[in-house]
Amino acid sequence: MVEVTLWGSLGTAAGGKNKVDVEAKDIRELFRKLGEQYPGLEPWIDRGIAVSIDGVIYRDTWSKELPQGAEIFLLPRLAGG
Amino acid sequence: MNFDPRYSGRNFSSVGTRPIRPDGVDKVTGRARYGADFNMAGQLVGRVLRSPHAHAKITKIDTSKAEKLPGVKAVITAADLPDLTDGDASMYDVLDNCMARGKVLYDGHAVAAVAAVDARTARQALKLIEVYYEILPHVTDVDEAMKHAAPLINDAIFTEGLEEKPVKPSNVTKRSQFGHGDVHQGFGHADFIVERSFKTEQTHQGYIEPHACVANVSSDGTADLWVCTQGHFVYRQHCAQLLGLEASKLRVTSSEIGGGFGGKTHVWAEPVALALSRKAGRPVKLVMTREEVFRASGPTSATSIDVKIGARKDGTITAAEATLRYTSGPYAGMWAELGAMTAFACYKLDNVKTVGYEVLVNRPKTAAYRAPSAPMAAFAVESAVDELAKEIGIDPVEFRIKNAAQEGTRASYGPVYGPIGIGPTLEAAKHHPHMKAPLAKNQGRGMACGFWFNFGGQTCTDLNIGMDGTVSLAVGTVDVGGSRASLSLVAAEELGIDYSHVKAIVADTSSLGYNDMTDGSRGTFSSSMATISAARNAIKVLRDRAAQMWDIPVDDVIWENGQAIAKGEKYGNLSPLSLKEIAAQSGKTGGPIAGHSELVADGAGVSFATHICDIEVDPETGATRVLRYTVIQDAGKAVHPTYVEGQYQGGAAQGIGWALNEEYIYGKDGRLQNAGFLDYRIPVCSDLPMIDTQILEIPNPNHPYGVRGVGETSIVPPLAAIANAVSNAVGVRMTHIPMSPPRILAALEAEG
Repeated sequence: MVEVTLWGSLGTAAGGKNKVDVEAKDIRELFRKLGEQYPGLEPWIDRGIAVSIDGVIYRDTWSKELPQGAEIFLLPRLAGG
Repeated sequence: MNFDPRYSGRNFSSVGTRPIRPDGVDKVTGRARYGADFNMAGQLVGRVLRSPHAHAKITKIDTSKAEKLPGVKAVITAADLPDLTDGDASMYDVLDNCMARGKVLYDGHAVAAVAAVDARTARQALKLIEVYYEILPHVTDVDEAMKHAAPLINDAIFTEGLEEKPVKPSNVTKRSQFGHGDVHQGFGHADFIVERSFKTEQTHQGYIEPHACVANVSSDGTADLWVCTQGHFVYRQHCAQLLGLEASKLRVTSSEIGGGFGGKTHVWAEPVALALSRKAGRPVKLVMTREEVFRASGPTSATSIDVKIGARKDGTITAAEATLRYTSGPYAGMWAELGAMTAFACYKLDNVKTVGYEVLVNRPKTAAYRAPSAPMAAFAVESAVDELAKEIGIDPVEFRIKNAAQEGTRASYGPVYGPIGIGPTLEAAKHHPHMKAPLAKNQGRGMACGFWFNFGGQTCTDLNIGMDGTVSLAVGTVDVGGSRASLSLVAAEELGIDYSHVKAIVADTSSLGYNDMTDGSRGTFSSSMATISAARNAIKVLRDRAAQMWDIPVDDVIWENGQAIAKGEKYGNLSPLSLKEIAAQSGKTGGPIAGHSELVADGAGVSFATHICDIEVDPETGATRVLRYTVIQDAGKAVHPTYVEGQYQGGAAQGIGWALNEEYIYGKDGRLQNAGFLDYRIPVCSDLPMIDTQILEIPNPNHPYGVRGVGETSIVPPLAAIANAVSNAVGVRMTHIPMSPPRILAALEAEG
């Protein structure tokens, strides 16, 4: 079980929660279960969400493991120039 | 990822040196081929008809007269680009931006296009296309667009991100919020509070090379596209989707690129050229004029930002808050969201709140511009930080050092930071001789910090070793700033050979696996990781071939300094085999020797910079002159220091233009009034001093060589550093970018 913090707007889509507990071993499972538990998040996941694990931001490595006790923070998928 | 990206702390032979870039001679002799330099037999000239109105319904388009003009081979409208986006809202916006469908949304919006045998005929044909408009009220200003009475640009837009679902449509597409703590309580603990509103005007990325492409669609469903882009694989996906082509049948080749800076990250003219070619049955070359580039491509957001920061007498910030309103053109964007994330990222704050509003206006679709959205937010925040330091009576550098984020700080956008470099850049600024140099009358010094995320992404690289022992490196990230040189250095380093024996190219989309664009400062970060991985795979093959040549087990062969060595005393009489010797025998030991890599490069690490600037202001005319400029930034490891310095200098130069002169000016009719470099003034060499740079190297733990992205952060601090310098020179706080001479004079007069 990992605790996941949602940024402000995402929290609104999850029914006003800014922290949720999810039983997930990696980013792929995290997104799947978030979509199941909070259907309002699905369109956001489809559009792209970045995952910060202990301060390191992952955009595409869905196989990245979520270590127990790590700080998991969801962020908008970033754009760059 | 089948590759360990962790920093290894190795010593370098090639990396960190400054060889001549492989594309240099071609570029200075004119042999390099840019977007408009490519031609195909029988090609036609494509031209686009654009809306003269800021906002209007298209009631009818009659192309019949144009089609009858001799020499015209195809005329297209939105009907020739049917909606194949299958509910993908962002791609639908791209499609609509390529060719208006029912409504034009800004001055310059494409409504039709022609392909003809020559430019003159194409121009004549455009004049024969009859477009009937029903003009609608328009809005171009960010604050005006948010008012309830503002003309609605899209009545299907209801603001996202509100606690209650809105019942009325709005020009605000999204509200986003970041932060932690309790700002109300934090301001209650402050002895000093600064609260100000700021505006920045819309700018263009200002790339010297206009958008250009040659498209050739065959009747068998295959197609070729030669194009100036930051990401040919992404262009292939976009074009294939918009035209209903199979991606594998559309080969996209990227030309040399005369600047992109984020403005060449999504398609404009390319689907139009492909649609014209498909209809005409011949190749079509489409090159935008500079006027079209300004009216219909780029630009960045115009913004309106409120900032409030409070601090105790001892200089500790107790609370910080900002509301950021960013234009996104007539389509939804995430630009204010990025501003809200980056605004206070440099600081350690217990109480912080940022709110962003994405605002539709009748201006061109906003595109990314180098660390998109961060420079405007930094301008507002760093101006207020400077003013607060003055009110408290503390040195602005010391004030920033005292409040700088550090490892373990919760970032204003959410997560806790790992090791970061804001502190070292500030310490370097504090001790830099620039900070102590004397200033004369009417001169001011300013400094500011900046933050940008950086990211990696999907990357694929091939490394092929020829029978003569030289190495071809095929990468898929477009070279926007010298990456072919940097990646050649990395391949040479890993293989243990000389840089001169490596030749890097940017491969086309049919020759290599998918690569994300060169954006997010990812080019060298990501492709160097893939190059290291490919080289290590090639070394496995080289060791195997050496083992065959010696007839010994491969496990007894190691690779050191560019040669295979038989390990152990029993092989004492075996001389090492060089890469060249192994390559020469490759035909007899298993065939070609190559290394391939495909990976997702993540863990780019956030980036910080501190800039110092001296400005002289003529109080009679408001004219400014940049006297001295210093950039201090962490590169992790500078693979080719000259090109890292180039990135630092380029970002500063663009920031100087943005801060002092560049601005989209719209008339009351909603038409752009300065769509050319005479009236939209970017800095030229004579406007700039030599921009000094200081590279800090704090290794990125998530890259084998410690590399960080360096391309974008350098444009974040300049707006603020220059505003602080001008404000210090004239004694009036400047709150509106650009600080053009009339604006400086107006600020002086308003102050009395």
